[in-house]
Amino acid sequence: MHAFANPARFLRIARPLTAWLGWSGAVLILLGLAGGLFIAPPDYLQHESVRIMYVHVPAAWLGMAGWGGIAAASLLQLVWRHPLAAVAARAFAVPGAVFTAICLATGSLWGRPTWGTYWEWDGRMTSMLVLLFLYIGYIALAAAEKERGGEGRTAAVFGLVGAINLPIIHFSVLWWRTLHQGQSIGLTGSTIAGSMLWPLLVAAVGFSLLFGSIVLMRMRAELARNRIEARLRRMAG
Amino acid sequence: MSHWSFIAAAYALTLLGTIGLAGLSFLAMRRAETDAEALRRDW
Repeated sequence: MHAFANPARFLRIARPLTAWLGWSGAVLILLGLAGGLFIAPPDYLQHESVRIMYVHVPAAWLGMAGWGGIAAASLLQLVWRHPLAAVAARAFAVPGAVFTAICLATGSLWGRPTWGTYWEWDGRMTSMLVLLFLYIGYIALAAAEKERGGEGRTAAVFGLVGAINLPIIHFSVLWWRTLHQGQSIGLTGSTIAGSMLWPLLVAAVGFSLLFGSIVLMRMRAELARNRIEARLRRMAG
Repeated sequence: MSHWSFIAAAYALTLLGTIGLAGLSFLAMRRAETDAEALRRDW
């Protein structure tokens, strides 16, 4: 991991990877969503509204994966003092927050025709809303710390502590059996029919690749701003 | 409202959010890298 500690070496890899991840992600998203909208059959219980799954599930996955990225980068920063870890953690925050908000909004739009309500204080929905608030807190804390010239250690501790919410989100459908449906996809299999599953997997991989590209773009932007600041300081001194 | 109204709203929101996020991140990256390169050349 320390092989990428040198920003110049990181940028040599990140530059081509940003475009590759972005374009391949966009193609897979289009394929997955077209499959979900026009090829996959409607559900026997939820009818056409099940098609919201193809945008809702990837958004939920990326909302959680974004915080997983913040926690992993924070651990790298606090334990191994990796010089790019704080930059990576901050780069995960806004994309993770956006996809968490998309997950909540699309879930609400799915809930109205399926359950008859836009919102319920159900375990899964409430823990996802908590995740959105954690993101907002992290973004504010990290920005304030960076503005003061700090190393971002407080934000890193917050990023690690906030990861407690990830297993709560995951197991919420087992611990509190209220409105949200249980787990449909696990590591060993899925209860979703193959004809409905493939567009979901293609869309999820596509959104994940594009998410990776967006994180790299945000890391490259922060590294460039750091170079500008360092040069201006040298010029002033 | 039919199911398709909810489906259209969900897809529009997701695509707008994703394209907006990717576009703004790309523009911020390009601006910062162009400024850094210009400063390096001029100084």
